[in-house]
Amino acid sequence: MGSHLARTSRSVAVRERDAAARATPPAPPPRRRTGGAGWAAWAFLAPVAGYLLAFYAYPLYRNVELSLREYTVRSFVQGGAPFAGLDNYRQVLAAPTFVPALWHTAVFTVASLLCQFAIGLALALFFHRHFPLSRTLRALFLVPWLLPLIVSASTWSWLLNSEAGLVNAALAAVGVEPVNWLTSPRWSLLSVIIANVWIGIPFNLVVLYSGLQAIPRPLYEAAALDGASGWQRFRWITWPLLRPVSAITLLLGLIYTLKVFDLIWIMTRGGPTDSSTTLATWSYRLGFGNLLPEFGPGAAVGNLLILLAVGAGAVYIGFERRQRLR
Amino acid sequence: MTRSSLRVRAVSAALLALAIAGTASACSSKETTTEGGGTYTIWDPYPQFTDDSDWVRLLKECGTSAGVSVERTGYDTTDLTNKALLAAQQGNSPDVLVIDNPVISTLAEAGALTTTDETDLDVSAMEPHLLGAGQRDGRTYGVPIGANTLALYYNKDLLAEAGVDISTVTDWSSLTAALVKVKAAGKKGITFSAIGTEEGSFQFLPWFWGAGAQLTALDSPQAVSALTLWTDWLTAGHAPNSVINNTQTTSWQEFASGDYAFGENGTWQLANAAKLSFEYGIIPIPARAGGTAPAPTGGEFISIPVQGDTGRYAASRQLVACLTSGDNLLTTDTTLSYIAPVAAVQEQQVAANAELGVWVDAVKAAKGRTGDDLGTRYPRISEPLWTAVQSALSGARTPPEALSAAQRAADSATN
Repeated sequence: MGSHLARTSRSVAVRERDAAARATPPAPPPRRRTGGAGWAAWAFLAPVAGYLLAFYAYPLYRNVELSLREYTVRSFVQGGAPFAGLDNYRQVLAAPTFVPALWHTAVFTVASLLCQFAIGLALALFFHRHFPLSRTLRALFLVPWLLPLIVSASTWSWLLNSEAGLVNAALAAVGVEPVNWLTSPRWSLLSVIIANVWIGIPFNLVVLYSGLQAIPRPLYEAAALDGASGWQRFRWITWPLLRPVSAITLLLGLIYTLKVFDLIWIMTRGGPTDSSTTLATWSYRLGFGNLLPEFGPGAAVGNLLILLAVGAGAVYIGFERRQRLR
Repeated sequence: MTRSSLRVRAVSAALLALAIAGTASACSSKETTTEGGGTYTIWDPYPQFTDDSDWVRLLKECGTSAGVSVERTGYDTTDLTNKALLAAQQGNSPDVLVIDNPVISTLAEAGALTTTDETDLDVSAMEPHLLGAGQRDGRTYGVPIGANTLALYYNKDLLAEAGVDISTVTDWSSLTAALVKVKAAGKKGITFSAIGTEEGSFQFLPWFWGAGAQLTALDSPQAVSALTLWTDWLTAGHAPNSVINNTQTTSWQEFASGDYAFGENGTWQLANAAKLSFEYGIIPIPARAGGTAPAPTGGEFISIPVQGDTGRYAASRQLVACLTSGDNLLTTDTTLSYIAPVAAVQEQQVAANAELGVWVDAVKAAKGRTGDDLGTRYPRISEPLWTAVQSALSGARTPPEALSAAQRAADSATN
């Protein structure tokens, strides 16, 4: 009976289509799409759509909802948290931690990105020259990327320990006073930036190196024939042709750096006294770092971070569009 | 690389931005609990114990005697609080939960725990001041499984070298005098943990309470004197600058290096203390004017979370009673290096190991952090307190400034 119904509705559809085709003869033939194929298309889409909904859309929705309600531990468990509008956001924006955290996030992100990109690009250009052992060396540069973050962060905090750290021992050997890398408000942010740059270099190196591979060799040969210097070749060939790859590297690096939490948490816990607190560590501290969690404000800070990342994505798309129109 | 593929990349990069940032802040894993079938779940904060440890064996035995099979999971302490809250929200709490004592008031506030009256658990043998951390508004939400607290470990060899007689160290001024002698002998003085987490407050409290300060007045002159003591030690080089980032474990590692005369640490390090390469001793943390300072009690409570099926409480009650009954309590506390919460078992412990005497005294003098009717106000006070300690030690603020800022923060957070 089901198949009979389907057949009937299909033949109706065909009749209608034929009628429509007769009514407007000069129109190009409509794309052949039967009802069955449409369903098949949706069926192929369903796993991805379901996955996106379950693992991206729903958590995001929950996070927005958390930030708009006034949750206590009681209402978190029992339900019935009153709707609080933008109260959590107001509370977060007025908190004494907000401005320093935002500033640290900006400094951390910009400094990390610039250093990672500059060093990554320099290394990519260096390895692009293909010299003996260049493959081995390049592989070694990937090590920071392969290490679990807990290992690299702990290693850095040992290296930078004020009492027993290797860095201070090395400084002492050349007669420099020991620096309280992780325990002084003046140095803690710099210390986590250094560690983060070290971790981020391999990513920049790999992506920029593959971008360099894609630049056609003949361009360089022609430039060499024209007598272009090394700097000129970089400025007028490498740099412009690498720009799309650079943009995506910077965007991915930005998103990655904005949400860096584990590294800072392991090295300084965002301290001393908020001196290395970023929005990401602050969000964690509000939500999970205290015996009595503040889910609402924690989620609000998380959402502000999302807005920053989306804003960066929008800037990137704008940049892309401008490139294409040119 | 074609432009259309870049376009796809642009869109997917934007999606990725959304997704990554979303999961970063909203992620939370859900634990599944096996229901029915005579399987009872137990969560504890002892991930260091594997399935062949005495602790897990005891759990299984208690399960057998209660006629059920036990499925046990060990979590990291801080992780367990979040896990327990989320499980309560999802309605899949474990049948038995072993959890750090200051968390009890939070979970009780959330309505996630049953009272001992509901489940008919006997807590009459427990020391009242230890039981206090698990009580709110006259109701008890669990049974202490064991207590630990802080004391000062000292390096006997190093003190002998520096010419310090440990029996003279009875108050703050004599302790500082000992540190001066140690420094004069070219060694390092004292290490502790002042990290910006609950651990930092935990370690500072013996000095805070030992000065006569109260958690309800963080900016009192007594509180200032305690923080000034620590800050002066740092400035004078008696304590290393690394204390600002030390966890209790890294502080122990510093002490274990043999360079430090004193280390503030807990009962749980006793097993490691036996492995030290030097002779060590233990004294209670002195109060400002002499005598033993009240240290905060650490240690876990064992409690029965609220279940949809109240029929499960009977077997859970048997499990808890088994784990906290006389002989088993001795086994548990010996395994965990804890002091028993029952006077009779404490005597057995000291009889078996005379070294534990100092710890039993320290536990007797100890105070619950959530006691004094603070309950869930404690976490709101503790965070400003550890922040004040951090800002004074790192030199960002003077002790009086740091503590008055802390009191303002605590006021606005608790009102």
